[in-house]
Amino acid sequence: MTTASVPAASGRRGQPTRLRRAVKRNLTAYGFLCGALICFALFSWYPMVREVILSFQKTNFVDPPEWVGLENFRTILQDPAFWPAWINTALFTLLALVCGFGIPFITAIVLNELRHARAYLRFVVYLPVILPPAVAVLLFQWFYNPDYGLFNQILGFFHLSGLQWLNSTSTALISLVIVSTWMNMGTGTLIYLAALQTIPSELYEAAELDGAGLFKRIRHVTIPQTRLILLVMLLLQIVATMQVFIEPYLLTGGGPENATVSVVYLMYQYAFSFGNLNGGNALGLMLMIVLMVFSAIYLRVSRDNTV
Amino acid sequence: MSDVTSSGITVMPGRSAGIPPTSPRQGHSGRRQRRPRKPINTQFRTAVSPHQLNTARGRIVYWVVLVAVLVSFTAAFVFPFYWMLTGAMKSTEELNSIPPTFLPSHFSLDGYLQAWDLLDLGRLLGNTAVYAGGAWLLTLTFDVAAAYALSKLRPALGKVVLAMMLSTLMIPPMVIMLPAYLTVKDVPLLHWNLLNTPWAIWLPAVANGFNVFLLKRFFDSIPRELLEAAEIDGASSGRILWSVVIPISRPILGVISILTVVNVWRDFVWPLLVLPDSEKMSVSIGIASLSSQMPQNVLVASLVIASIPTIVVFFLFQRHIMAGLTAGSLKG
Repeated sequence: MTTASVPAASGRRGQPTRLRRAVKRNLTAYGFLCGALICFALFSWYPMVREVILSFQKTNFVDPPEWVGLENFRTILQDPAFWPAWINTALFTLLALVCGFGIPFITAIVLNELRHARAYLRFVVYLPVILPPAVAVLLFQWFYNPDYGLFNQILGFFHLSGLQWLNSTSTALISLVIVSTWMNMGTGTLIYLAALQTIPSELYEAAELDGAGLFKRIRHVTIPQTRLILLVMLLLQIVATMQVFIEPYLLTGGGPENATVSVVYLMYQYAFSFGNLNGGNALGLMLMIVLMVFSAIYLRVSRDNTV
Repeated sequence: MSDVTSSGITVMPGRSAGIPPTSPRQGHSGRRQRRPRKPINTQFRTAVSPHQLNTARGRIVYWVVLVAVLVSFTAAFVFPFYWMLTGAMKSTEELNSIPPTFLPSHFSLDGYLQAWDLLDLGRLLGNTAVYAGGAWLLTLTFDVAAAYALSKLRPALGKVVLAMMLSTLMIPPMVIMLPAYLTVKDVPLLHWNLLNTPWAIWLPAVANGFNVFLLKRFFDSIPRELLEAAEIDGASSGRILWSVVIPISRPILGVISILTVVNVWRDFVWPLLVLPDSEKMSVSIGIASLSSQMPQNVLVASLVIASIPTIVVFFLFQRHIMAGLTAGSLKG
């Protein structure tokens, strides 16, 4: 505290000065804070509260809002797309984790072993991350075209029959996972690479002296040493991928036959296509509760990390 | 606490060349140097044993893996860019031809020029620059001031304010997008409609708990004596912030700047909601909204043009971006 640092001001005459100083300090501080406070209040805190309120109301912004209890939840539960949306989101998250978590980690381990072209490989793997997501997704829309898209051309080159990609219920979701992995894996790879480089070489040497082979060294040195960052990234990725929206919005529109409809996409549809904002809010509240569990674990883990 | 965390901001992924070699293996590689071929550099000990790596079999495996990685990475990450760049130069008929042509039959930039005109890319890019620039300015002003107040002025209830700001990190942005959209449509108390105005992008960008967190953590590490010296010299809080704190906070300000600009430039859902007017769209939304009406080569050309600014920004601020990456990974 600044007051403690001015011993000269203490004593009889110091009391009112100190009070005035404290008031002035507080006024200055809140003067500095006000801009951020207003923005947080308008775009974070109030919406958080309103999310809950609107879920239990019926509003049309003309009449005063009406409390309807769980009716919004009943409406969305009856929607035939409700369960597909959750199942797809869970499946997408799971697949995106298998690809988007495993591949970058293995890539990072391999890159860490290489002694040549390191800068090139690091740059190249990060290249898709630089693209705006909409650009990457639209690029893949072209690649996925069943008639003249790049992927079917490549399959044709190897005399394999082309796939329907986004147009078939069996491949649509995995197609979204491929785009998502391609455009996001650079971040994870570089973060893991940075983590791998902090592992002290003595540990590998000690493990080698103890007779551990390559895979044992990875299993017993590399993974335990990066355990924390892996856990943090895992949680971050779960939270991020469960909010998947842009891929179904741009590539499939939730189709074919609800095969790619995601929770956030359904939420968007409720608000902007079906004109049922409260239903969208109720869905958002459900997702918020699920994601907050993961966020809370994440914050807990990362706090333990720094102490 | 600040030990681990502050290093997150400055440490880059990748090693600098200046790190001295780990010595215990020197003897082995020294002996190998009599071989005609140069040994594989084993300065840095990793999972693979440097001894094994420089055996005949180890070398073969190493080179096979290296070539395989180089080829597959180039195919997976560079080739799509090549395909995009050249695809924009092909005519629609050529794009639809089977088998595809590897090189465009004739070199022409018509696709790019058409894309620029048809999608009005100049305006879309200009809009996006305005959104990113304003968000950058407001974020730096308000978040720096707020973090400074919370870190150094320590007002009453400061801890509560900080906790509330950090609590927003737990709420994924997508789930509150509908009520946030309603705020933009009708600002509480003031009843302004901010839809289709830059404020709809600028103000929410300020409400970023992660920025406040990074800044406050950095300011906390500034020694108190430095500020007290300025205070004794009679400098006001604003003056101290401007002349003492900001100049020594360059690294973190760089990270915040780049994160803000990149986030606004890449964002899709939020501008989709709050900028429905085609005159006001950001470049991602503009291209996406017209994508189904454009010939394929024009669309691809517009994708190339839209990604140029982000690639340029990446090259200019590579170090800050990488620093932001690790800062975010260590704690968020």
